[in-house]
Amino acid sequence: MNTDNTLLALRGVVKTFPGVKALDGVDFTLRKGEIHALLGENGAGKSTLIKVMTGVYRRDGGDISLEDKPIHPANTGDAQNLGISTVYQEVNLLPNLTVAQNLFLGLEPKRFGCIDWRRMNREARELLAGYELDLDVTAALNTYSVAIQQLIAIARGVSMSAKVLILDEPTASLDADEVASLFKIMRELRDKGIGIVFVTHFLDQVYAVCDRITVLRNGALVGEFEAASLSQQDLVSHMLGKALEKAVHEKIEHADAESRDKLFELKGARSQALEALDLSVSAGQVVGLAGLLGSGRTELCKLVFGVDGLVAGDAELNGQHVRFTNPRQAVVAGLGLCPEDRKKDGIFGPMSIRENMIMALQNKRGWWRYIPMKKQRELAERYVKALKIATSDIEKPINQLSGGNQQKVILARWLAAEPRLMLLDEPTRGIDVGAHAEIIQLIRQLCAQGLGLIVASSELDELVEFSDKVIVMRDRRKVAEVSGNEITQQRIMQAIAGQPQAS
Amino acid sequence: MNYQNLSPQLRRSIWPVAGLLVLLLTNVLIAPEFFSIEIKDGRLYGSLIDVLNRAAPVALLAIGMTLVIATGGVDLSVGSVMAIAGAVSAGLIVSGVDSVFLVIGGGLLAGLAAGFVNGFLVGYFGIQPIVATLILMVAGRGVAQLINSGQIVTFHHEGFEFLGVGYLFGLPFPIILVIITFVLVQLLMRRTALGLFVEGVGANASASHYIGINDKLIKLMVYCLSGLCAALAGMIAAADIGGSDANNAGLWLELDAILAVVIGGASLMGGRFSLFLSIIGALIIQALTITIILSGVPPKFNLLIKAAAIIVILLLQSPEFRRQLGRIKQWRRA
Repeated sequence: MNTDNTLLALRGVVKTFPGVKALDGVDFTLRKGEIHALLGENGAGKSTLIKVMTGVYRRDGGDISLEDKPIHPANTGDAQNLGISTVYQEVNLLPNLTVAQNLFLGLEPKRFGCIDWRRMNREARELLAGYELDLDVTAALNTYSVAIQQLIAIARGVSMSAKVLILDEPTASLDADEVASLFKIMRELRDKGIGIVFVTHFLDQVYAVCDRITVLRNGALVGEFEAASLSQQDLVSHMLGKALEKAVHEKIEHADAESRDKLFELKGARSQALEALDLSVSAGQVVGLAGLLGSGRTELCKLVFGVDGLVAGDAELNGQHVRFTNPRQAVVAGLGLCPEDRKKDGIFGPMSIRENMIMALQNKRGWWRYIPMKKQRELAERYVKALKIATSDIEKPINQLSGGNQQKVILARWLAAEPRLMLLDEPTRGIDVGAHAEIIQLIRQLCAQGLGLIVASSELDELVEFSDKVIVMRDRRKVAEVSGNEITQQRIMQAIAGQPQAS
Repeated sequence: MNYQNLSPQLRRSIWPVAGLLVLLLTNVLIAPEFFSIEIKDGRLYGSLIDVLNRAAPVALLAIGMTLVIATGGVDLSVGSVMAIAGAVSAGLIVSGVDSVFLVIGGGLLAGLAAGFVNGFLVGYFGIQPIVATLILMVAGRGVAQLINSGQIVTFHHEGFEFLGVGYLFGLPFPIILVIITFVLVQLLMRRTALGLFVEGVGANASASHYIGINDKLIKLMVYCLSGLCAALAGMIAAADIGGSDANNAGLWLELDAILAVVIGGASLMGGRFSLFLSIIGALIIQALTITIILSGVPPKFNLLIKAAAIIVILLLQSPEFRRQLGRIKQWRRA
């Protein structure tokens, strides 16, 4: 190995949590001027490794050296001073401050002991110009899209004389154009000699920008590979630890949906956020919702579930007229929603897996009919097993699980409540290959059991795989409905593209 | 047994309980007769009983406060609600109401009404709890003064005074009241799903809403319960002195109640709660006061010593502090 070029080296890093060895002697080498993918399934130890590098966790063993000097980052500030910056999936800047304030937070240019606002704003503009961003730096950060916020976070990280830039799933909520511009900037930074660690679940993106790949599995190092000489298939088998059975791509027999009884119907329904549209789901049918980010997929889920009220039009459940003004009524009527933003709207962080799972069922039964503890445990154990949730204990707080496992717990929560119609908003976002396949499998099973499903997703291949019908959204309007054998990625893409956007 | 292997519940209990034990042992060192309990006329007397009895009002407040804090709120009005309930009961007695049930019922109703106002503002109008309850904290004393027509109302009513000075099963009645309230609320929270929902609303209000939990009603309920607990505490205080003093009844006790809950290890952000630990917290505060009195330190140091002791207790509970402490130990060994 060319040691001259080594920027950050981890040797034999160990991190244990009560009952779990999260990292078991992991090596990781980042060279100057490279983009290095860190891959692995949920719970493989990627997040832990990153947290050890950035000082969030203290390692229990092993060595870390930066430019051949051993380092012991005690906290994130420490790591930043050493030159290790991190940009997380959920941008952790301050949304209510201005762009410039965020860029210079803690490093504000001073004049006579006071902040020199004019200089700060000017320097912020210059800094962002380097990223081809022309923004109003005095506007609050949250007036910009997540993609822009992510670029701002990167600019901040790099401006603090970063040698190592860690990007933890930066592309999870970006659309294709935004991803492209992010990659462009990543390549520019690489050419300046910065080492970039790139964590993602999108394997195509790995091959688009990465030079080398390190794969972890179950807290141990699987290997380090040159991206150019590792096939995608081999990569996946390294991640899963088994040769990938050839993915089943043949389409399922489409339920002859229209002949069955309608489970749920919207007729000319409109909410504050959506223009009038029709929608119908039958039992045992999967309706996919396609469209770009912000096209109205999430808003449609919210409308069906009663989060956003119906402004006009009609909704029917089993032929009965219904009007949900809040989620409670929808839940009582037999609906369930796995929300898009798991952390914000889904999990009860400090509460146990068991409590998270029984919550919906308990609410349906009413507060006075408490589910006996024995039954709670049985239920939780059953779903942990059935959905292959990786945990040592059902009493573990859910916020200690990885994203994919959290998603499974939320799915279990609704399955336990036995709904008739399930809404899944981006059920596979931020989830690795293995869990991804399992969740899609689950969607099919549920459908076979006679559940009606509405699934919003930004991944077309997955929509094509399981949908009996796809509704395409654009600019908060339904622009197409594709069903049966017409459902192809191409057809959906055409509908999404439709005509050039007005803006 | 290894600390890491303890169940989370036990691990959380260890520090407050240890803190209380340390305080009690300190008291024994200062005053060897501290633990001695005498029986006179079938009644228990002794410093320990005294600690329990005097801690009763704060312990009652802490029960209600625990639930409010578990939903991520806070109830600043409990001290004033104590004054209102005391004034209502005293007013009923002096206006000639004889039935003890009516007198107590009147006080409880006043507490419930106050809690309802708080809960409605917080739950249904989304006003920040600290602001919503600050209103009643200030206005509540005014209400109590109005009821008393600006006077200190004294009364004599044997049945009602039993609340404050009576004995049952050899124990002062306030202690019995705390036990009954604790058991009732504990049953209500843990034998039904209410406790789960309270913790859910506190842990993530948005997720609760998405599941269909009636978060507004849950909030309304906890503030109502807090109001009821405060009314009970207020009536004990009034019955104890045989009078209602709108200006001083329950003054600053809301802060002791919040402190008791925090010492019990609850997070002000909401989520997990333990009624038992909050009561331990209330006992710690009272035991500390007694320690200071027993130790013979001039009274002017009381508040400072209390503050210092509480800082130590809270630091011992902070995982971050214990981590730092462990690091220092490691460093010295190395």
